[in-house]
Amino acid sequence: MTAPVIEVDHLSTRFDSHWVHRDLNLVIEAGEVMALVGGSGSGKTTLLRQMIGLLHPTQGQIRLFGEPLFTGNPEQERNLRRRFGMLFQYGALYSAFNVFQNIAFPLRELGIIDRELVHDLVMLKLSMVELLPRHAWLMPSELSGGMIKRVALARALSLEPELLLLDEPTAGLDPDRSESFVKLIRSLHKQLGLTVVLVTHDLDTLAGLATRVAVLAEQRILAVGTLDEITQVDHPFIRNFFCCDRAQRALQERMNG
Amino acid sequence: MGDASLSLETDADGRRWLRLAGEWRLMALAPRFKPLTDELTKAGADRDVGWDLNGIQSLDSFGAMMLWRAWDHRFPEHLMLPDALEPVFERLYVSGKKKETGPEPKLPFEWVVTVGGLSVALWRHVVDFTALVGQLLLDIIHVLRSPKETPWRESSANLYKSGVRAMPVTALVGFLIGIVLSYLSALQLKNFGADIFIVNILGMGIIRELGPVLVAVLVAGRSGSAMTAQLGVMRVTEEIDALATMGVSRSLRLVFPKVAALAVAMPLLVLWTSAIALMGGMVSAQFQLDISYGFFIDTLPKVVPVANLYIAMAKGVTFGVLVALVACHFGLRVRPNTESLSSNTTASVVSAITVVILVDAVFAIATRKIGMPI
Repeated sequence: MTAPVIEVDHLSTRFDSHWVHRDLNLVIEAGEVMALVGGSGSGKTTLLRQMIGLLHPTQGQIRLFGEPLFTGNPEQERNLRRRFGMLFQYGALYSAFNVFQNIAFPLRELGIIDRELVHDLVMLKLSMVELLPRHAWLMPSELSGGMIKRVALARALSLEPELLLLDEPTAGLDPDRSESFVKLIRSLHKQLGLTVVLVTHDLDTLAGLATRVAVLAEQRILAVGTLDEITQVDHPFIRNFFCCDRAQRALQERMNG
Repeated sequence: MGDASLSLETDADGRRWLRLAGEWRLMALAPRFKPLTDELTKAGADRDVGWDLNGIQSLDSFGAMMLWRAWDHRFPEHLMLPDALEPVFERLYVSGKKKETGPEPKLPFEWVVTVGGLSVALWRHVVDFTALVGQLLLDIIHVLRSPKETPWRESSANLYKSGVRAMPVTALVGFLIGIVLSYLSALQLKNFGADIFIVNILGMGIIRELGPVLVAVLVAGRSGSAMTAQLGVMRVTEEIDALATMGVSRSLRLVFPKVAALAVAMPLLVLWTSAIALMGGMVSAQFQLDISYGFFIDTLPKVVPVANLYIAMAKGVTFGVLVALVACHFGLRVRPNTESLSSNTTASVVSAITVVILVDAVFAIATRKIGMPI
């Protein structure tokens, strides 16, 4: 009934003389958790940044919620940008603001300036990412790596997005933290009915979160499907990525758990 | 799909129901936030009114929060809540139960704390600056003992960046100041028929006073801020810690080359800028008072004793060392956030210029008997 959340249409990207993507197509439907995987330098993060309009594709088009990203109409583009939230790899919290102001910032930009309402909403977001109200008054430089990710997630959620993009959500977290963060995202996905796109290197994150996986290699999408389908594909890169010991371990755990 | 709407109806039993319908999502609600809140609050005040949420197509936590607040943080007595929306309110309920905290409450004697904090901060500046100077002296002794460890490359790079690259801008500013000063003085001197004293005024004024201060202000703005920002970003990206880990002394590698470079570059820049400023003054004097270049150049050494040049050089070295030290002092104080970086860079430039002018006044008093024409 509705248009796919993200539609990447014959996308090509070139940096100087180097082609990152050539004629790349990808459709992400509402409610999916789509993981983009690929080797270093395969253009995963580039693709993610193009999806949210930070980078212009060289050729081709990306449509979000059925609307093209670059329309030339600033009003329309701004409204489109407010329908998704992005979790940057290093959090990208505003270092001059404390946690509370960081989460309240998008709301205030939208014109919600009722102090009590903003306070209640920020506290709600903090509890959604399992942080305590007293954490709201800390500065980003006082937070641990895991907390930075949680605060950044709370900020990404503050505009009630329909689409959430995660760049390496568990990179730099210890396995324990990483697992609890994956659980958190999974429960938020279930509660809020979000569409999630994530870029990751971590197989545990992939196995724990993704409903579908897109493999990026050789400048295109090599394969799209559920994790089980992908592991069946016979391609040197996929064999290497999924079929060595560590991958088998992660997948095995998933089967058992 | 439809916009958020609410309507008041009375059912068969005579109970009034507020029926909500449409999309209660942040993006749809934000433009009509104020009128909707007012309506909801008005309806919420009357506890007899029932709430019918069956018509709501989608509800996010923002919409739920609006309703929750209209209900004064509890469920109303008469509520028709579809099962699908229950989890949204559950989240609110859970988060609302946690104890709310605000920032620390203000103490009654807040100003005592403020004044104390300021004094401590000032004291810290004094201690840190003294430590920086002390460390620099130790470094100098170290370098004198083992000259092989002198950071020549860093010093020469700094010399190029803050010395050579500053030549065009100091020359331009110096030339223009020279012209303006000469022009304004000429207007006055003409009245008294004291035309030839233009050489004295320009010579003494520029060489002894204006040249060193002008260059110090320009260098503080140009190189001082760059040094503070560089050290600040190195602190933010933990590069300074990385240096320390490798056993490299940060003061020897980062502070010493900057101080050494400005100590060398500043007197040379003073010489260069003063010369160009005098040239500007000479051009202006020629136009305004018909004083020929030959006469100007011939008279200058006679009316300005050479001691003034030595004072200027001494000022140059002192100001250079001070600007670099102040820049490094503030650069090493930067905390890992953007606010601290910007405030420290500002403080660095302002303090450097203030210190230069204070020290200039000390120079003026200390050298009042030296270099005056008889």
